[in-house]
Amino acid sequence: MKNKYSIFSLIKNALSDHENWQQAWGDPEPKKEYDAVIVGGGGHGLATAYYLAKKHNLTNIAVVEKGWIGGGNTGRNTTIIRSNYLWDASAGLYDHALKIWENLSQELNYNVMFSQRGVMNLAHNLQDVRDLKRRTHANRLNGIDAVWLETDEVKKFCPIINTSQDIRYPVLGGTLQRRAGTARHDAVAWGYARGANEMGVDIIQNCEVKGIKRNGDKVEGLETTKGFIKTKKIGVVAAGHSSVIANMAGIKLPLESKPLQALVSEPVKPIIDTVVMSNAVHAYVSQSDKGELVIGAGTDSYVSYTQRGSHNIVEDTLKAILELYPIFSRMKMLRQWGGIVDICPDASPIISKTNIKGLYFNCGWGTGGFKATPGSGDLFAHTIANDEPHKLNAAFNLNRFVSGDLVDEHGAAAVAH
Amino acid sequence: MFLINCPFCGERDQSEFSSGGEAHIVRPKQPTELSDDQWAEFLFMRKNIKGVQFERWNHSHGCRKWFNVVRDTSNDKIHSVYKMGEKPPVK
Repeated sequence: MKNKYSIFSLIKNALSDHENWQQAWGDPEPKKEYDAVIVGGGGHGLATAYYLAKKHNLTNIAVVEKGWIGGGNTGRNTTIIRSNYLWDASAGLYDHALKIWENLSQELNYNVMFSQRGVMNLAHNLQDVRDLKRRTHANRLNGIDAVWLETDEVKKFCPIINTSQDIRYPVLGGTLQRRAGTARHDAVAWGYARGANEMGVDIIQNCEVKGIKRNGDKVEGLETTKGFIKTKKIGVVAAGHSSVIANMAGIKLPLESKPLQALVSEPVKPIIDTVVMSNAVHAYVSQSDKGELVIGAGTDSYVSYTQRGSHNIVEDTLKAILELYPIFSRMKMLRQWGGIVDICPDASPIISKTNIKGLYFNCGWGTGGFKATPGSGDLFAHTIANDEPHKLNAAFNLNRFVSGDLVDEHGAAAVAH
Repeated sequence: MFLINCPFCGERDQSEFSSGGEAHIVRPKQPTELSDDQWAEFLFMRKNIKGVQFERWNHSHGCRKWFNVVRDTSNDKIHSVYKMGEKPPVK
């Protein structure tokens, strides 16, 4: 039984110089066999394991991770959480996640620092205005809070934005989702890992999957760098490397993996207390609790697994940022990095069974998977445990690329891809 | 970020080019006879290889011509460049 984190445990451990904190999760060697194995120890994978154990009583399970948990895209994103998607299926999926976020710290007894500071999406041309107003109406019909702001209201909500109409990308208005915000990305992975481990889930780090053993159209287990693991159910949550795992199983996915970049500035005093996203210029800004500006850029146009990305992409993003926020002109950037995102042709995720019995994929989150972490884990766990999708992820099946029933969120979802 | 040796213009920065994705996906000769599965395969399914991949590029801010590139997607190193219609080099 893990100790509960509270003000009293904090005081108690402070008195012993914080040297006696219990280990948050174990470091076991893999067993010979599990009821299910999750491939990928990021937020989505750990959340899947957590809900498999908590809601479906599957505790003889493992998460295998080739590096360390939360070391991939979970630790590389810009931590934006929102649910203002256009289509009903997406609205259902992302708002399910947002509702879990609202109580996640209490549920996990782990402070994920969820902050509902609002997310504002700017419109820079007349088509943006029409699209964003339409999305606001669609959101409200789905019970998601959304308001349209005129240019002066944008200025009032975030005074440092340059709302001059003479700039290259003038602000013609924007939408605001007040329930949206940010969370601490590492804490989400750690909180789920601690919670899952407490219920008996083995978290096996530095364990890379090398092959998937099939017997006809059923899975039998995984070849890993720590030996063979027998299992009847494999849930793959490998983000940018989903296609690599799919190739091992002999199937193809409709994905392309591309570098997506982000960067942070030197820390400064609080200057922007919300998240501002700009579709047309592909620039997002928020400020972390440490004071760094967290800036998201766009993806490169080509397939690459290099985790860096091109200089011209960040250059374009920073040009747009400087025009919108002249106050940042003398800021210095501290770090820049890339993550590999797996993008579907319709820019919506896949949470689905496959033609191989016991093989499940949760992938295709593209540039915006972090916000969905709790909902994705919950629905993927349901899909694995029941061998059937939940009604909220039924539309996000792999077969939609055959039937043509796509969930086209390209551009419609408030960010261009 | 890397340089691409355009077969028509010579070595230029990657930002001058547009990626056309996986190469050698042949458009079906008899589209009316294709099943939904075959259409999905042609339109959407991609190898998305981590390693040496054959792909199409267009010199969109230069000569605007299409050509093929053999590139290692794990380190962005380009192995060879060849023109449209030419036989792909053996890996």
